[in-house]
Amino acid sequence: MTQFVQQVVVGLGDGSIYASLALALVLIYRATHVINFAQGEMGMFSTYIAWTLIENHGWSFWPAFFFTIFVSFLGGAAIQQAVVRPLARAGELTIVMATIALLVILNGLASWIWKPDEKVLPSPFPTGSWSVGDVQIPQQSVYDLLVVLACVVLLWAFFNFTKLGLALRASAVNPVASRLLGVRVTWMLALGWGVAAALSAVAGMLAAPAQFVFSPSFMQVVIIYAFAAAVVGGIESPAGAVVAGLALGVTINLLGTYVDFVTPDMRLPVALAILLGVLIFRPGGLLGRAVVRRV
Amino acid sequence: MSQRGFGAGGAASLLGAIVMALLPLVLSDTSEYRFAFVGAFFIAALGLQILTGYAGQISLGHSGFMLLGAYVTTILSVDHGVRDLYTIPLAGVVAGIAGFLFGFPALRLRGVYLALATFAISIALIALAKKYEGLTGGGGGKPLTRVLTGHQAYITIWPIAGVMFVFAWLILRGRLGRAFRTIRESEIAAVSLGVNLALTKTLAFGISAFFAGIAGSLYGITIGFVNPDTFTITLSILLLVGVVVGGLGTLVGVIFGALFIEYVPLYSPDILDWVQKPVGLDLDPQAAGAPAAVYGAILLAVLYIAPTGAAGMVHGVVRILGRRLYTSSSTSPPGQVPKRRQA
Repeated sequence: MTQFVQQVVVGLGDGSIYASLALALVLIYRATHVINFAQGEMGMFSTYIAWTLIENHGWSFWPAFFFTIFVSFLGGAAIQQAVVRPLARAGELTIVMATIALLVILNGLASWIWKPDEKVLPSPFPTGSWSVGDVQIPQQSVYDLLVVLACVVLLWAFFNFTKLGLALRASAVNPVASRLLGVRVTWMLALGWGVAAALSAVAGMLAAPAQFVFSPSFMQVVIIYAFAAAVVGGIESPAGAVVAGLALGVTINLLGTYVDFVTPDMRLPVALAILLGVLIFRPGGLLGRAVVRRV
Repeated sequence: MSQRGFGAGGAASLLGAIVMALLPLVLSDTSEYRFAFVGAFFIAALGLQILTGYAGQISLGHSGFMLLGAYVTTILSVDHGVRDLYTIPLAGVVAGIAGFLFGFPALRLRGVYLALATFAISIALIALAKKYEGLTGGGGGKPLTRVLTGHQAYITIWPIAGVMFVFAWLILRGRLGRAFRTIRESEIAAVSLGVNLALTKTLAFGISAFFAGIAGSLYGITIGFVNPDTFTITLSILLLVGVVVGGLGTLVGVIFGALFIEYVPLYSPDILDWVQKPVGLDLDPQAAGAPAAVYGAILLAVLYIAPTGAAGMVHGVVRILGRRLYTSSSTSPPGQVPKRRQA
């Protein structure tokens, strides 16, 4: 039982990282109707920016954290304006290919600029654990979860209680009508990409200390879990992405602990099997709505 | 592109075949070895072209089908003493069946979902190959029974590549090829024309995976050593990049894609030097990550400047030279790919 509780907490910690990245994917999908394959690499690149600020410029973690989020926001918006916007009319396959190109470029640039060897991003949180009875609760997992939940609440408030959030939602739902009502839709799309980039920066900066060391490919595993979470939750549902991300983290940790077949190497395939299973039986995702297509 | 006359494509293919047949006379053994890999990539990219360029389904899983093919050949030739060349068709068939079976869940997924799900194939297969060490040699890899010289590899691979090219052409020119193109343009139109959507899509996956399996088998035979980490998602991405660079929806263009996959990572330091000198930059082109950054940038540039790929550019130049200039303005302007999104 103690092991069970412990694994659930660790799973929630891992899951919160998947959840924030999955949320970023959902935001971009709602705004642009493409899956951004470069989302993980955007987070990876942000993590390297934070690492540079901390290691080379002597910043402490939290100023670097917030400054990186700000820079990532600008970077995400710039990528939307420079790369995605000119292709807006080109069709789904072309935009997907462009995000794959971005993935390759960002990954290449990171190994180029910062060398492909492993780096250490110091954890802002105490690495010890709290003892509750027999249960050892790792503090880092709890703090990761809290940071991500704070981001989710902030975003929820932003989308629901601000005019800008309303304009963003409006331009995702009906770009033409929004434009007629005076919303600058292309700016809104850039804003959406910016917010998604900021979220993936959070995911990266939390994932790097959690994995102890990081290298330019460290987000490639995380992004696959995030894909799974986003799809399982229903690709258009932010709440679904968060819930599915957390659930996925817990499920994978529990399976890894109690099922012998699920060795560390097998965790990813198992997550993808869950993804396939959900897609076959509930193509709209668990919290998504079924899309009716006439075919 | 589907409206291209038989003449242009046929002439280009014939020219290509003659060039490939004569190349061994001038190439060194090392270059022949490289060209053998070009041949393997050519076959895999042909398969992906059928799936992506003609049937309009994206796949990031083709490295997984290549892995299957490579291991079928390795296991049969090393553990069961079958001559490696005889295992090639079987490698294709096993990968093809896997692709056909994968087509079933893929039926319910379109566009983005499909691309995500195809991720699963390559990642799962790498993990499984590492897990069942007894069969596959695990993460350390497994050597094959012999090591080919460059010339042997070349004369093994390219005749097979020629056969596969003709096979692809035969598939695409017939009823099935027309069905592929119809589901690419509009699933609704395809269904109302009597195309069996489910069967056609799964067949596209199966045929495409068959090509990838044969390519994987040949890749293994050439390199003489099979390791799961050769067939990572990066290879899938490279194949997709190759198909786009060569030009979506053209079989002849695939050769440009295959050359791109083999040679751009190799020559990217030179490309980089060539680009950065006039700008006055002094970056280290030998650094890790530089090749990836370069081919990513090339992919992006192709998407903007020449969405029809290398074949489209060649075709466009030939057309402009061959006809009066204004005729080309009646077709769609450069920079616009026909829309693949559905209503």
